[in-house]
Amino acid sequence: MAPPAQSQRSSSPSQPSGKGEVSDLKSQLRQLAGSRAPGADDSKRELFKKVISYMTIGIDVSSVFGEMVMCSATSDIVLKKMCYLYVGNYAKGNPDLALLTINFLQRDCKDEDPMIRGLALRSLCSLRVANLVEYLVGPLGSGLKDSNSYVRTVAVIGVLKLYHISASTCVDADFPATLKHLMLNDSDTQVVANCLSALQEIWSSGTTTSEEASRERETLLSKPVVYYFLNRIKEFSEWAQCIVLELAAKYVPSDNSEIFDIMNLLEDRLQHANGAVVLATIKVFLHLTLSMTDVHQQVYERIKAPLLTLVSSGSPEQSYAVLSHLHLLVMRAPFIFSSDYKHFYCQYNEPSYVKKLKLEMLTAVANESNTYEIVTELCEYAANVDIPIARESIRAVGKIALQQYDVNAIVDRLLQFLEMEKDYVTAEALVLVKDLLRKYPQWSHDCIAVVGNISSKNVQEPKAKAALIWMLGEYSQDMQDAPYILESLIENWDDEHSAEVRLHLLTAVMKCFFKRPPETQRALGAALAAGLADFHQDVHDRALFYYRLLQYNVTVAERVVNPPKQAVSVFADTQSSEIKDRIFDEFNSLSVVYQKPSYMFTDKEHRGPFEFSDELGNLSIGAESSDTVVPGHRVEANDKDLLLSTAEKEETRGPINNGVYSAPSYDSSLVSLSASQSQPDVAISSPTIPGHAPQSSLAIDDLLGLGVPAAAAPVPSPPPLKLNSKAVLDPSTFQQKWRQLPISLSQEYTVSPQGVGALTTPQALLRHMQTHSIHCIASGGQSPNFKFFFFAQKAEESSSFLIECIINTSSAKAQTKIKADDQSASQAFSSLFQTALSKFGVL
Amino acid sequence: MISQFFVLSQRGDNIVFRDYRYEVQKGSAEIFFRKVKFWKENGEGDAPPIFNVDGVNYFHVKVAGLLFAATTRVNVSSSHVLELLQRIARVIKDYLGVLNEDSLRKNFVLVYELLDEVIDFGYVQTTSTEVLKSSIFNEPIMVDAARLPSLGPAAIFMQGAKRMPGTAVTKSVVANEPGGRKREEIFVDIIEKISVTFSSSGYILTSEIDGTIQMKSYLTGNPEIRLALNEDLSIGRSGRSIYDYSSSGSGPVVLDDCNFHESVHLDSFDIDRTLTLIPSDGEFPVMNYRMTQEFKPPFRINAFIEEARPLKAEVTIKIYAEFASSIIANTVLVQMPLPTYTTRVSFELEPGAAGNTTDFKEANKKLEWGLKKIVGGSEHTLRAKLTFSQESHGNITKEVGPVSMTFTIPMYNASKLQVKYLQIVKKVKTDNPYRWVRYVTQANSYVARL
Repeated sequence: MAPPAQSQRSSSPSQPSGKGEVSDLKSQLRQLAGSRAPGADDSKRELFKKVISYMTIGIDVSSVFGEMVMCSATSDIVLKKMCYLYVGNYAKGNPDLALLTINFLQRDCKDEDPMIRGLALRSLCSLRVANLVEYLVGPLGSGLKDSNSYVRTVAVIGVLKLYHISASTCVDADFPATLKHLMLNDSDTQVVANCLSALQEIWSSGTTTSEEASRERETLLSKPVVYYFLNRIKEFSEWAQCIVLELAAKYVPSDNSEIFDIMNLLEDRLQHANGAVVLATIKVFLHLTLSMTDVHQQVYERIKAPLLTLVSSGSPEQSYAVLSHLHLLVMRAPFIFSSDYKHFYCQYNEPSYVKKLKLEMLTAVANESNTYEIVTELCEYAANVDIPIARESIRAVGKIALQQYDVNAIVDRLLQFLEMEKDYVTAEALVLVKDLLRKYPQWSHDCIAVVGNISSKNVQEPKAKAALIWMLGEYSQDMQDAPYILESLIENWDDEHSAEVRLHLLTAVMKCFFKRPPETQRALGAALAAGLADFHQDVHDRALFYYRLLQYNVTVAERVVNPPKQAVSVFADTQSSEIKDRIFDEFNSLSVVYQKPSYMFTDKEHRGPFEFSDELGNLSIGAESSDTVVPGHRVEANDKDLLLSTAEKEETRGPINNGVYSAPSYDSSLVSLSASQSQPDVAISSPTIPGHAPQSSLAIDDLLGLGVPAAAAPVPSPPPLKLNSKAVLDPSTFQQKWRQLPISLSQEYTVSPQGVGALTTPQALLRHMQTHSIHCIASGGQSPNFKFFFFAQKAEESSSFLIECIINTSSAKAQTKIKADDQSASQAFSSLFQTALSKFGVL
Repeated sequence: MISQFFVLSQRGDNIVFRDYRYEVQKGSAEIFFRKVKFWKENGEGDAPPIFNVDGVNYFHVKVAGLLFAATTRVNVSSSHVLELLQRIARVIKDYLGVLNEDSLRKNFVLVYELLDEVIDFGYVQTTSTEVLKSSIFNEPIMVDAARLPSLGPAAIFMQGAKRMPGTAVTKSVVANEPGGRKREEIFVDIIEKISVTFSSSGYILTSEIDGTIQMKSYLTGNPEIRLALNEDLSIGRSGRSIYDYSSSGSGPVVLDDCNFHESVHLDSFDIDRTLTLIPSDGEFPVMNYRMTQEFKPPFRINAFIEEARPLKAEVTIKIYAEFASSIIANTVLVQMPLPTYTTRVSFELEPGAAGNTTDFKEANKKLEWGLKKIVGGSEHTLRAKLTFSQESHGNITKEVGPVSMTFTIPMYNASKLQVKYLQIVKKVKTDNPYRWVRYVTQANSYVARL
């Protein structure tokens, strides 16, 4: 046969060379279509192979659709399969011709051989033609009941395919319910696993009605279902185990003993050779223990060895995926990994994406005891032939220096870099020395002596040049040649392409001028003139600004441009802790690899199964679906979103942990408790959110200094306030207002048992509130913690009320925070709101 | 859950392309390939195995010089997809015997058949070669393994891991032998990759052994297998510092950690270090392990550079093979980066040295010294005279090195981990199957600093 190699020349589909060949094929297929001659099947096979090979390389062979279908009347299963593959690819574009295939597919769905039945059913569901869905329902229904498990696995996925073509047909045929039944009763684990995948996708897609979907999602996460899966986890294939574990990671156990049971059950999954299983297990462990500091730290200790084994046993690609997760954990709790630093040493033949991660980890785990060795190792890489890695290594040394360990030795090393006389080494080292001086001005004497020897001609990279110029300006009194070096740089103003460098030059020459006016005056004049003529807006503006300042008053100018500086103690971290927490929430997903939360790189509908439990209904706000709300920070600290995440999950688990922590039965091989108590904040520092230790919600209100209004029985009096029943507010306005307005009222109520019961369907509450002209804009959470954002507007004017309402059904507490455009009306509104709640039976 | 799967040749041609969910645009393979190529050309090294372009996540693994890739728009588990890609490659290899561009092109219909069963609508159904057998109807078209270029040391690493050249690993699991009957045999390979970094004074800075016990079974009737390891084997180094070089190197084997294949039963492992399993068809790792316990490195490397006079320097590399003389290391390659301003190198081997090659790679300024064979206990020296185009600045040792070495040593394992016996618990009495237990050690990162 002809391998696709033949057609490599025409890899682009529109090339005419493919066309002649396709029409050749067409006529040959037509000749063979009716043939029953011996050997016809063999000839067909060859032709089919050709068709598929064209399809593979992207040549459009949809024009032979009719002929392919005609040829498909065969008992040769290899031919059938090729034909199905073809049909699946082109049916969507040829709905009329696709109808022709229905007949033989339906017939095959009733074949004696389960293999043929499964195959036909799979192909039937893969046609993706909306007006053919009616033909799918029957075969799918019998497929789900088939006695052969292969057919059932195919049928379950078939239901999902149908759902994507026509959700209503799928729901009308009651297939989701059938899947649910199969999921809980089928004897074949792959059938069960497929049911779980299909149901998760169906109930988290936007097209299902929110109330039913959320109820079903909750069912999937309910204790009986989760336990049903966990108890038979070993019967599942390794891939299905990952799905089960992903589900388990979202489950919220009711108490500690449940947590330990689950962990003991899953303990041996950490020894699995498949990295995906191990990472999924780790996610369960980490998320379950989030609120139990000591155990959480033990988990870190426990998972270290399996992770390191995975890193070194797989292909470089696999180890990269695992290493990314290790990286995340190291960044969260560097202390725990500080004695393992040698594992993060780079091997010379590792790809640079692995080396980069390792360098970051080395930087993170550096502490008093290992800094010397780590820095020595990094200096070896700095001389490396791999230049990008050499640069990263130097930066790593600098970062460690800024972490304050053994600065003395490091400064010496950095200065040695400057003497190595390799352009890129010098460049990186200059940038570092600058940062170092900003933090440790006391080292200026040693550094300046070396920096002064560097000829500015050897420094070409903008960042390095800017650093050098900054030092020339800052330390011009100690560097004899400073004014003259600056002057020569200014002479070459026009050759300097980087605006950043020119900006620095302006500032440096100003500083130099204040310190050594007579020597610098000429250079300053030249710089200001050049700056004013500069085409770059910022450079021009800065020059003009300096010029006017000097004109106005030289002393003031000095105070503005060269004030006494305080040493920088902490350099701004690039990633906020919320983002980091969000990534941690999405452990074992791409978020960890990209070091970005999923909303930054996926569309809403493709967030995947990692999120659905966080959202109730389709009421999410804005483009980003959910982000942490940190009570300690308030929303303004938070970019956009108002839905639940880590913070609340912890709150959920908070009350559980209120009691005295009892020693875990979890695993005797773990480090002893006493060891972990000596540094209790290690694990805390990572998972928790600043300012929000797992405390009771009361403390949070105190934190805000708002005082806690007594839960004194509010008297519902008929309020004069009238609300607009058709109020509208778009989510972004809501968020903006929520950020801007102060809290006018904050209250806490006790929820009645009936209320707790009614909240099993939170949507009911939303509808109820709506009848009271209080509209829900977003809601989220899972039992026992629910969070709602409501709004309301006055009937006669556009003044709005915004309400955050958190209900915890296990502690039977509800907290509300009200913000209002018209603060004076908030009390009245509050009573209205309470009335509405109490009518629902919540209070 | 993935959306598409495809395999690209080194030049970027689609060899197979399967769209499971039609959520990602058709030209994704092209976008992917361009990105990977561009990455390299930009001097940023290899493209990472996972990246995102316009909301599409691209995954890939390199196997046998081919790119196995998948796409999805969903935020999936990265390990899940990469493990899957690797596994698909393995299943295909089980079927085709040899995995390369040629065999894949010849068998692409069979590969489509496999892909249809392995994944449905993006969800993994099964990756078990054995389970798949019942639903695969194409016969593999064999490519002639003998015609393949011999697997040099580079090729071994190109395959991403632990493959040992030999006929056994090029046999398809499904195809019958020319004689008609299947030969009853089972292969157990203990493959160790060792990493050692020597300081300039010859002291060991770090060392690690990453080992795999790999099994490939051609036994009929799925008999139970018992594998017994060293009885004194212990796992976990609790209570001791991880890099503890004070012990003498003999004594019990202590693994830092290990993991096991799904099918392995560990019921008696804690008692007598025996693994019980029913091997499924195809190749799979029974156990992966990692060891940082001190061991005796097979080679000692001694290298130094001296500046003879201006613009001249001399490099001396000595290698000592510190293993038994009955053992022979092969495909040894020693490499050393030289100063960028090196223009000419002349080599000087010991008199009588056979099977040695020396080369100066002008493009990346590297010295290469190849040795076909090294017999245990022997010693080899290379001298190289360098000519520079400019004077070195200061410390020349900062401009060269480190020396790195790759090698393969059959029938040698550095960890001393052993398969004491391999027992086949056969229900039916047939001919005694062939049992092969083979050891091989390869260099992973074997480096000496100057």
